[in-house]
Amino acid sequence: MSTTAPASWGRYPSSQPRCLLPCRDAQIPTLPAEPQFCLPFGNGRSYGDVCLNNGGALLLARGLDRFIAFDPATGILRAEAGVLLSEILALIVPQGWFLSVTPGTQMITLGGAIANDVHGKNHHWTGSFGCHVRAFELLRSTGERLLCTLAQNADWFRATVGGLGLTGLITWVEIQLQRIANPWIVVENRRFASLDQFLALNAEYEARYPYTVSWIDCAARGQALGRGLHLAGMHAPPGLMKPPPQERRALTVPFAPPISLVNNLSVCWFNRLYYHLPRPARGLTSYQPFFYPLDNLLEWNRLYGRRGFFQYQCVIPPAAAREALREILARIAASGQGSMLAVLKRFGDKTSGGLLSFPRPGFTLALDFPNLGQKTLDLLGSLDEVTRQAGGAVYPAKDARMSGDSFRQYFPQWTEFRRYIDSRFSSSFWRRVTG
Amino acid sequence: MRNMLIIGATSAIAEATARRFAATGARFYLVGRHAERLAAIARDLEIRSGQPVASESLDLDQLDQHPGLLERADQALGGIDLALIAHGTLPDQNGCQQSVQKTLAAIHTNALSVISLTTLLANRFEQRGRGTLIAISSVAGDRGRQSNYVYGAAKGMISLLLQGLRNRLSSKGIQVITIKPGFVDTPMTAAFEKKGLLWAQPDQIAKGIVAAVERGRDEVYLPWFWRWIMLVIRHIPERLFKRLQL
Repeated sequence: MSTTAPASWGRYPSSQPRCLLPCRDAQIPTLPAEPQFCLPFGNGRSYGDVCLNNGGALLLARGLDRFIAFDPATGILRAEAGVLLSEILALIVPQGWFLSVTPGTQMITLGGAIANDVHGKNHHWTGSFGCHVRAFELLRSTGERLLCTLAQNADWFRATVGGLGLTGLITWVEIQLQRIANPWIVVENRRFASLDQFLALNAEYEARYPYTVSWIDCAARGQALGRGLHLAGMHAPPGLMKPPPQERRALTVPFAPPISLVNNLSVCWFNRLYYHLPRPARGLTSYQPFFYPLDNLLEWNRLYGRRGFFQYQCVIPPAAAREALREILARIAASGQGSMLAVLKRFGDKTSGGLLSFPRPGFTLALDFPNLGQKTLDLLGSLDEVTRQAGGAVYPAKDARMSGDSFRQYFPQWTEFRRYIDSRFSSSFWRRVTG
Repeated sequence: MRNMLIIGATSAIAEATARRFAATGARFYLVGRHAERLAAIARDLEIRSGQPVASESLDLDQLDQHPGLLERADQALGGIDLALIAHGTLPDQNGCQQSVQKTLAAIHTNALSVISLTTLLANRFEQRGRGTLIAISSVAGDRGRQSNYVYGAAKGMISLLLQGLRNRLSSKGIQVITIKPGFVDTPMTAAFEKKGLLWAQPDQIAKGIVAAVERGRDEVYLPWFWRWIMLVIRHIPERLFKRLQL
């Protein structure tokens, strides 16, 4: 319920909301006449400006953090929209349940998970977060409350899933969980030496494992272009008699240094080391380090310094993927602006139907770049050329700079979506790409 | 497993504290003013603790309701092990200065109702020969300052009362804990600009309260640094202090 001025995870762009309105008891606080526009703000884990509202009001939704119902027999959970996934996991894992879909951090709210229709390592099996939402309540600035399910107010459901918080305030959410036997994950690690090897390896593992993801060495060029590590996992079967995992002690990055600690030198060495580091081919790990490797390094975004950083996550349709990915990796390697964590994964065919949902069939690549000013913007602009030509899309939750033209090409349904925007809601992102 | 009575259960600090105790499987009897919010909190705690939660909404300014309240809580829980008294308001200091009525109303809510409840609870605990009594006072009660001396006077009164109760009951195995939070980011302090290192989140206070119970502490400043800040503030000579803008 902090009421200090919120920022997004990439620490870029800087933004100053005119007022902060803490939410409690599933109500929209009385909106002042000025500023005109408000936007729900969850836990500030989206990277760019979808969670920002420069000059407007922010509805701080973290205060909506109560559980409403949980049935341990069916795995149906209803909670207020400001509850964090970490709080849900703390409740459900000991009772033999798990989130059907989880992104790479558990520090996000339920409302944020819907607004960005987040995805996880199991997209090729189970689709995005929105596919497992049974119902939610949407509160409009007029005071109207809409119960949204696939059957009731289905159009509002589709507009709000992936709707970037613009259709109103989500007050509570009901989700379907998946059964697990224990908190352990069976993991398989494999190295691959090229993009073609990745494609073959990934196809082989996807059939057997619900969770797959790959890390790519972005500093590699020429022969080694596209080399990396493939990670596959599944929930461990019953009968494992390991003691419950110990709680990990979190470290905090204490402050943002004036310049980024992530730079050419550190990226190059980190990537090399990470690629060559020996690791067991098969093992058993707790779900925490498997799904949330960075959640134990609190405020890790500070490593990128005071100017912040950019994430670039695109999805490329299957037919164009091989060529486009090669081109993107080549352009990054040539620019000399390496990414510390380049992540590659295939999205399956299952979609939530959200009008502005990002996940769609194809390969998705996520990269992060310290903000070096125009140089970085130019590189990302040139990556957009490739993505657009391949008929792909860029993920709004991670974006702070795509052009309006690009956005409208990536999300052609935006004209239909526009009709569902609450008349008192807007965001920095929305004004930037449609203004 | 503990049976807990929480008075002022809809306050942000009380709610955060209850969640921490819920994780250990505590059973609750909740009392608060705002019925709808109380019901939402009760439901939430039921899910977190896996235990049924009882609650009632009551205006705690009505002191004659207190004995009946404690009787009902005792019945529902089958004996109160731990009572947390967390209700209160932050009176508008300027308004109070202009109005005796407002000043006395603030004293009534923040001090007299707490005195009534602690007295009744202490006697119950004394009779049973066990129990833990926790009340939320404030650093504001350590010294009178022009910016909030009405609130400070009420909190100072309960700090002294708890001190006396502790002295009276320590030989009887009853724990009395005074919690003195500093600035906490809650709806009660919504009017303040909350920036800077001195502001704490309700859950930090809750963590400190749980630790105070586990470690059998008497008087706890939360977060810890307030002990040292208040040590300094208490020792400034009055000749000097009266001229400070505090």
